[in-house]
This record gives sequence, C-alpha cells and structure tokens, in this order.
Amino acid sequence: MKLVIGIVRPEQANQVLEALHRAEVRGFSMSRVQGHGGEVERVETYRGTTVQMGLSEKVRFEVAVSDSFVDKAVGAICEGGRTGEVGDGKIFVVPLDHAVRIRTGDTDEGAVTPVSR
Amino acid sequence: MNAGIDTGDTAWMLIATALVLMMTPALGLFYAGLVRSKNTLNTFMMSIAAIAVATVTWAAVGYSLAFDGGDDLIGGLGNAFMSGVDFAPREGTTIPELVFFAFQATFCIITVALVSGAVVERMRFGAFLVFAALWSVLVYAVLAHWAFGGGWLISGGTLDFAGGVPVEMASGFSALAAALVVGARKEWGRQALLPHNAVYVLLGAGLLWFGWFGFNGGSGFSTGDPSVLAFTNTLLCPACTLVVWFALDLIRGRKVTAIGAATAIIVGCVAITPAGGYVSPGWAMLLGALAALPSYAIIVWRTRTRVDETLDVLAAHGTAGFFGILFIGFFAQADWNGVSDGLFYGNAAQLGDQALAALAAPIYAFVVTFALLKLIGMVMPLRASDREEAMGMDVVQHGEEAYVTGEGAILLLPDDVGKVGVPVADPG
Repeated sequence: MKLVIGIVRPEQANQVLEALHRAEVRGFSMSRVQGHGGEVERVETYRGTTVQMGLSEKVRFEVAVSDSFVDKAVGAICEGGRTGEVGDGKIFVVPLDHAVRIRTGDTDEGAVTPVSR
Repeated sequence: MNAGIDTGDTAWMLIATALVLMMTPALGLFYAGLVRSKNTLNTFMMSIAAIAVATVTWAAVGYSLAFDGGDDLIGGLGNAFMSGVDFAPREGTTIPELVFFAFQATFCIITVALVSGAVVERMRFGAFLVFAALWSVLVYAVLAHWAFGGGWLISGGTLDFAGGVPVEMASGFSALAAALVVGARKEWGRQALLPHNAVYVLLGAGLLWFGWFGFNGGSGFSTGDPSVLAFTNTLLCPACTLVVWFALDLIRGRKVTAIGAATAIIVGCVAITPAGGYVSPGWAMLLGALAALPSYAIIVWRTRTRVDETLDVLAAHGTAGFFGILFIGFFAQADWNGVSDGLFYGNAAQLGDQALAALAAPIYAFVVTFALLKLIGMVMPLRASDREEAMGMDVVQHGEEAYVTGEGAILLLPDDVGKVGVPVADPG
C-alpha cells in the first residue's frame, strides 16, 4: 500500500483527473496548495508596488493505492500533468501503514480497493 | 444659454449620458463573472479599454462620420476632432450638441466593449486595442450613420429607437465573426469552462438594466413622450423576458438558474432597445416574453457547436436586437409613437423597412469585422500562446491577479526591478 502524492499545475488538474479515470484509479482527494519549486517567478505590479511572486498555485492529488496500482497512478499523474516547462510539479510515493474505510470498517487493501455499489 | 435649448431636456440628457457610461464597467463586471478567475481582470479591462479607445476615436472622426450630414452611406468630416461641436443645440433636438456628442459617444463605447465578449480568455490585449480603435470607426460609426445620422436606413423609414442596428445587431454579428477569426479557446469542447462568480454576473446585469433607463430613456433626446414611453418599456419588457426565461429553465432543467436570469435581463433590455419609443407598453411586454425564445434556443444550440463565441453576444445582443427591430414592423403604433404604424395596424411597408435593416446590419457587421480581424492578424498575433492561455490572461497580459493574497510576494525595491525573472531560490 502506498500513498501517491502528485503536485501539479492547476491548469493541468483536469488532464490529471482524466488520466486517473482512464487508468481506473477511482479514489483520491485533491487540494489547492501554494508552493515553490525553482520555476522563474512572476513579477506583478500593483499601483507602483512591484512584487515577485515566490509561490505558485498548485493542485495536490493524494491517491492511496494497493501496490499493483502504484505505477498506474504515477503514470497517470505524469501524463496529465506534464507540459514540458519548468514548474510541472513532483510526485512523491510514500509507504502507507494503515487504511480504514469509515463506512464499513474495511481495513488496509480492502479499504483502498474500490467496491462496486 | 443658446436659444432653442430646453433646460429640462438638457438636465435629463446629462444624467442619461452618465447612466449609459456606467453600463460599460457594469458590462465588464458581468463579463468578468462569466470567465474563469485567472481571466477576471483581462476581461474587465477589455471594457475599460473600450472607454479609453472608443472615446478618442469618437472625438477624432467617429462622431463626424456618424452624424455630420454626408450621404446615404457615410457622414462627412465637418465635425472631425469635435470641430463645431459646442453649446448650440444639435439640429432636431433641444440639447447642446456637446451633450448629444457625449451621449452618442457612450453608445459607441459600450458597443465596442460588447464585442469583447466573443474573444475573452485568449485574445491579446494589444491586438484588442487596435481592433477596438478600428472597429469603432469602420463598423460602429458607419452603422450609427445608417440608423441614426441620416443614412439610408433612417431616411428610408427604418425605425430604430436606441440602437438595434448599430449597437445590438452590430455587436452580436461582429462577435460571431470575431470568434471565428480568433478561434476557440484551447480547451473548448474538451473541458467544462465555467463562470467563476455568478454574483458578479447578477450585479453586472442589474447595473446594466439600471443604466439602460438612460440608454433607452435618453434616446428621445428629451423628456417628451417617446422618452417616457421608452423608459417605462425598459422596465416592462425585461421583466417579461425574466418570467419566460424562468419557465424555460424550469422546463429544461427543473431549476431556475441565476446566470440564466442575468442573461434574461440583458436579452429583454436588448429587445426593447430598438422598439422602446415605438410600441405600446402592452406590446413591449409581449416583445419581452417572445424575445426570450430565440435567444434561449441559440444559447442552447451554440454550446453544441465548435464556435466558441464565448459569452454569447450573438444570442443576447444579435438575436434579441434582430427580433426587436422586426417586432417594430408588426406592432408599431402611431397612437403611441406619433410616427408610424406597423403591419398589425395596417402599414405593411414598415415591416419591409425593418426587414431591410435586419438584413443589412448583420451582413455589414459580420463581413467588415471578419475582414478587419484577418488584416490585423497579418500584422500582429491576435491570440496568446497556449501556455499563456493556460496561465491566464491576467498575469500574462497585465501582470496582476484579481484574487492575489500576497502570500509569498517579495517586495522588489526600485533597484531590483531590472533584475526580475530570476529564481528566488536556486533548487540546485
């Protein structure tokens, strides 16, 4: 069991959603985050105050998957998130100790495997 | 004060002019709510740019080409650079020509701003400025001459109270041409591109309606009967459009939508624009109710096509303006307007005059706008790159964001401003 964390451009978020769907990865959450990853900053001016924007808007996907789905999830986020420019984001895969599906009490593999209704 | 000036008329026209000018920022708010948050400022700025550019072109040549005598097709240059525009009453009115000039300028401004709705979220701001300047003269001023300034439509008997020809049909059909030349947004048809703030849309529509009382109520250039009739019709007609739009929404989706309501307000105001001073209050209410149908149908149909006429200027303005112009031909009533009857009251010729305008204005606006944008496109790129489009036009075109939080913003001192564009932290 792994937790796949993908941080991508907001404008690529829909592409990532589509790619995850195609890869049959069904359960995930996403959140808006701000971050900095070495991309060249945007410079903005407000009534004479010029600022360099050190943080960019990003979207963070969190996908908890069984081991056999790790490559599919990583591949989908990569495929959907890539534009080729600096600032496309990162993917982190971290071990997952324990998972519980609140509704049924299913644990671990059972909790991260989608069930048909 | 000059002889022939009426103080009451002038007072009202001063107010009406200010009301119409307010419609352009209101339109900017309406449009800004309909786009995605990353394009809020650029969309709003297109309307502000219309105030900047069209006012200058109007003072330079637009007003003269529209309103200085001339022939059937185009006015003269006698009033170019506002020559001779002073305190003396404008011929045929009881208000100073300066007020008449300013009132008409606000019409040119909002019409230019209306067209921007077709190209938001992708057109480069610089290219839009060039387009706005040329369009305000080549399309707006010419059609204003045809319908208001002594051109072939008005002298042939076409009735257009407040701008069904130069404002509504011109903007609507030009928008279609602009959308075709500039092309669709890159995600169009593949992703849902949703309005980011429905409250802006409703508030913008409400302020537009408020301003429209000056737009229609001022188009009699007096406080006389036609102005009063148009003023009250501007209340009645959009209200009926709203009611019918609610019903259509209920039938189609079982819910009355807020953005639908905002659209209905615009459609109703547009429909009564040409007809305001010519039809009775009763017929104005029917006009509002009926005008909802074609505009609603075109909005539903348009989203299924490849044409990314983004904010539905054709459906709201082109279609409802077309409908309003033709409606005069059926239901104009000399008892109310003192000018002419329509078909329903025994004067079939009026319908012919209206049909001529409903044919000529769309064709002229579409063809000239299409050619104009093609020509501008040869000199400069019309649209932003795909990557810029993805980042959003606010940051790319203006270096600002609508909803900036300030988190992570590093103040650049004047000495540092030249050294911009370097990474804050070297990731190596």
